[in-house]
Amino acid sequence: MKFQIPIGPQHPALKEPIGLRMTVEGEVIRDADIRLGYNHRGLEKLAEQKTWIQNIYLTERICGICSHSHTTCYVQGVEKLMELEPPKRGLYIRTLVAELERIHSHMLWLGVAGHEAGFDSFFMYTWRDREIVMDILETISGNRVHYGINTIGGVRRDLDEQQIKHILDSLEILRKRSEYYKNLGTNEPSFVARLAGVGYLSKEDAIALCAVGPTLRASGVPMDVRKDDPYAVYDEIPFEVCTADTCDVLGRTVVRIKELFQCYNIIEYLLKNLPAGPVAVRAPRRAKPNEVVSRYEAPRGENIHYIKSNGTDKPERLKVRAPTLGNYAATIKMLKNGFIADVPLIFAAIDPCICCGERAVSLVDARTGQEKIISMNALKNLSLKVTAGKARKREAEWPL
Amino acid sequence: MATVKTLIYLIIYPGLLFLFLYSTFVEWYDRKLYARFQNRMGPTHTGRFGLLQPIADFFKLMAKEDIIPERADRKMFSVLPAVGLAIVFTAMLLLPIWNYSLDRPSVISFNGDLIVLLYLLSLPTFIFFLAGWSSTNLFSTIGGARVLTMLFGYEVPLFLAVLSPAVLANSWRLAEIAAFYRQRPALALINLLGFVIALICVQAKLERTPFDIPHAETEIVGGTFTEYSGKKLAIFRLMIDAEMVVAAGLLATVFLGGFPGGAFLGLINFIIKTLIVIFFLSLLRATTSRIRVDQVVSFAWKYMAPLAILQLLIVILVKGLIS
Repeated sequence: MKFQIPIGPQHPALKEPIGLRMTVEGEVIRDADIRLGYNHRGLEKLAEQKTWIQNIYLTERICGICSHSHTTCYVQGVEKLMELEPPKRGLYIRTLVAELERIHSHMLWLGVAGHEAGFDSFFMYTWRDREIVMDILETISGNRVHYGINTIGGVRRDLDEQQIKHILDSLEILRKRSEYYKNLGTNEPSFVARLAGVGYLSKEDAIALCAVGPTLRASGVPMDVRKDDPYAVYDEIPFEVCTADTCDVLGRTVVRIKELFQCYNIIEYLLKNLPAGPVAVRAPRRAKPNEVVSRYEAPRGENIHYIKSNGTDKPERLKVRAPTLGNYAATIKMLKNGFIADVPLIFAAIDPCICCGERAVSLVDARTGQEKIISMNALKNLSLKVTAGKARKREAEWPL
Repeated sequence: MATVKTLIYLIIYPGLLFLFLYSTFVEWYDRKLYARFQNRMGPTHTGRFGLLQPIADFFKLMAKEDIIPERADRKMFSVLPAVGLAIVFTAMLLLPIWNYSLDRPSVISFNGDLIVLLYLLSLPTFIFFLAGWSSTNLFSTIGGARVLTMLFGYEVPLFLAVLSPAVLANSWRLAEIAAFYRQRPALALINLLGFVIALICVQAKLERTPFDIPHAETEIVGGTFTEYSGKKLAIFRLMIDAEMVVAAGLLATVFLGGFPGGAFLGLINFIIKTLIVIFFLSLLRATTSRIRVDQVVSFAWKYMAPLAILQLLIVILVKGLIS
């Protein structure tokens, strides 16, 4: 017997609204479908009405976790448009914050994976230690989530000796703890039993479906923008691209844990080789008419911003391709022929940031499945017409 | 006089009132332990050390809006929590506490009460299944199906593991089994393997991690309890806590030598021994992740059932040696 299970738009496994529709036979998924558009905020349109500087803070709010990724991606593009050369020290600090953000994102993901697998102790431990990174970020930028450290032509805040010492000390604790998670995540029998072999995505499929980030690397493809197309100072830093060849959720966990250790090495290198000098250069208010594509390796995968300028102090077009959007096609492939019990794990394994990927809304008639385009006012009138005079019936009773 | 005695037995100790208070305490103990294992504080606010938190939760839930889904079987849906609670509270009366004594056994002690207790502990599982089934919600239905699938896995190993000490003690009466192991404590060590198996099976029966599959939050929302709210959910939660007390009491009776010493010492014995059992249950809950329902069944039949039979074999051999 086949029936459909709606996971989302409201479901405890999802932290943001998205519609996953599973056609299942018993406990096995035969078909999957993803519906987007519950979280559209019209950011791209808004960007066209704001100046270059204002847009830094707008792009920062595309995502709550990779906030630095989006600003860096945007700022790099604008710097290319304005033909600016940010100073070395500025780039080093920018990279430092980027790597700290990667640590906090991966730690967060480890906790979420633990929670989705019902391993709440793992969740509590990783999130406790994530606080260490959040504290470092707070000492550097003054903020825990939206750091606001990037500006066009460099960064807004400098580092002093005391901060560098604090970061290096904290790094030692993080290294020790990550070693423990590496053991726990790859050896605890009930946890590994849940992860191994789940959400299989072969190397060919991963390339064909344009998967990005740890999802792609866990299928054995060593692709990383930091190595393939180095930006900022990544061409000077020694680091490895971490891969796994198990092609499943366990592999994605292993890749992320390995990347944590790479991050610690990169941060140590950055702090020990921090050049002296200014952190930013002055940026002009306008950019010449031109267009640019900027790539950035966010914790979740490749982030792409397309920016077009028309000679004014505002962009003519800003197009954002967040990494999550690149992974949706692969997710459907992974979900097919899995168990219902594995849906949250498989979906969480791409580290979805749903509001990042929302770029459009489509109105679909729930009964006929027809799509249509409608103005905002007409939509409002329609909703008033449907709900008019119909208060919800409830079976409320006061028990005491 | 006998009537008053029976009423006290039913209503105050070890019946309704005691079981209600003790199961809320046990919930607090479990929550606190689980929190400490995870480097958290656990309940701290209501009452001293947060001791009153489970009672506060219970009364808060009682006052919440009670919704019955339109398409649910109204009568079945409403009556199930009460029946479940009654079953678990009845099971409590079979445990040999208070007027325990071999020559003057309590009203409800008889030969074969071990079997009745195991039967009464199986019924809540069916209550959960029926609760899921009668809600007609998709998630509840899947939860109900998972409850039954799991039952096929853990029930047989649990019965085998609990019955092997009874075989050694040569009795089906809980009071006699406990007395047997109190007289010969060394023999209780033989049942160690059975104790471990029974602990794991009780964890599965109580649907706690790694066996919280029927109400796995991230997969099927609330599972069997998705549609339950208000009073009915409060009673279900109380029922699960009470079931934990009874199951821990059963293991303590069969494997740890029961609760001797009359009303007062017996009570202290009961509390200490059940808390030891619940400590292991909490430890198991904190250190594992949820497994899949097919993994439960294969684990139960590949490892638990053969080990339980091995335990039975050991017991039969030892019995031949000592007699």
